[in-house]
Amino acid sequence: MPSTDALLAEIPRLRRYARALTGDATRADDLVQDTLERALNKWRLWRPGNLRNWLLTTMHHVFINQLATEHRLQYRDAAELPDIPVAPAQGDGLALRDLGRALQALPADQREILLLVGLEDLSYEETARIVGIPPGTVMSRLSRARGRLRGLLAEGETLPAHLKIVK
Amino acid sequence: MSPAPISEDDLHAWADGRLEAARRAEVEAWLAGHPQEAAALAAWRQQNARLHAAFDPVLAEAIPARLRATVAGKRWRPLRAAAAVGWLALGAVLGAMWSDLGGSRHAGTHTQTADALLELPRRAAIAHAVYTPEQRHPVEVGADNEQHLVAWLSKRLGTPLRVPDLGALGYHLMGGRLLAAEAGPGAQFMYDNAAGERLTLYVSAARSSDGAAASLPSFRFAEEDGISVFYWAENGFAYALSARQPRAALLPVADAVYRQLAP
Repeated sequence: MPSTDALLAEIPRLRRYARALTGDATRADDLVQDTLERALNKWRLWRPGNLRNWLLTTMHHVFINQLATEHRLQYRDAAELPDIPVAPAQGDGLALRDLGRALQALPADQREILLLVGLEDLSYEETARIVGIPPGTVMSRLSRARGRLRGLLAEGETLPAHLKIVK
Repeated sequence: MSPAPISEDDLHAWADGRLEAARRAEVEAWLAGHPQEAAALAAWRQQNARLHAAFDPVLAEAIPARLRATVAGKRWRPLRAAAAVGWLALGAVLGAMWSDLGGSRHAGTHTQTADALLELPRRAAIAHAVYTPEQRHPVEVGADNEQHLVAWLSKRLGTPLRVPDLGALGYHLMGGRLLAAEAGPGAQFMYDNAAGERLTLYVSAARSSDGAAASLPSFRFAEEDGISVFYWAENGFAYALSARQPRAALLPVADAVYRQLAP
């Protein structure tokens, strides 16, 4: 079983990845927590080796399970929807939001690959193992993700601010 | 020998800095004659840089307590309750309650009570699941009207209720509501913390199967659909504390509630 310290040391990386993946701080920490709980329940399956990649693999499974659940339950409480459009803020926050929005506009399977490679700096082979797909599929998803993100970000830059709409 | 043709994989590997020097030079020579691809690559590299700029600050954030608790909780999960008490370093009172979980000394009376309370965690969890997602009407009477809230619910339940103060644990009373419990009126108090996490305390009258006032002075734990519930009974009243949190995170709160409600 991995030591508590070893697990704690991985949490910042897991949180960073989850934040980018979900686009929401609370959902991200929920994902990290679910991942840790699942990993601890299945720690017998862990073989001493790369703890980070094992946790990322676990997070991948938790994430796709959650996506499947969300797609079954599209319910959203009307009270959660904002009454009034919120005025956009200016500056760095806007840039972060545009990147965050563009990421969320990517299909989840492309987003995962883009983030594992571009943010987590994993090799294509590690990425393939974590997501459980052939290396060739990693490259094709990466290619689609990068092309699409480029388009989304360029769109955000050329539109006047008042026309920036989340899709 | 002329270099191998440049593939798209080479271009990604270049953008990610994963090419060996020789191949990198070949790609760069090729890019000089392909400005469109060169522009795409510059954009990809910039994407990586923007991802780091946007999300690296998360690395410097303090690890939230609930994640620490999840990791720390692994130690006692497989162990017996007695060891858990040692780790949690809770008071002697709680220690006695935990060892009671092993089911030894007061097995007779507590089993009867426990039977009567079988439905309690499920009812509490359902009430938790129904009301905590509410944005506009999570409670009937808000904490700004605490005196009225307590007087009203005390009257309906027929006993002076006390509302635990969980401020020391970061939770603040939002308010409460009247519920239909198994044998009459029940009350639900809702709390939240700065992170917006909500927990509920469910209170109802409880009689054991022989009609006596229920008493179950030891924590029981149940999990219903991802909701953790600690419950106990005292002087004819049953209490259940529910939250969407792991057991280890909720236990200190249950302990605080128990100690404040103890006569």
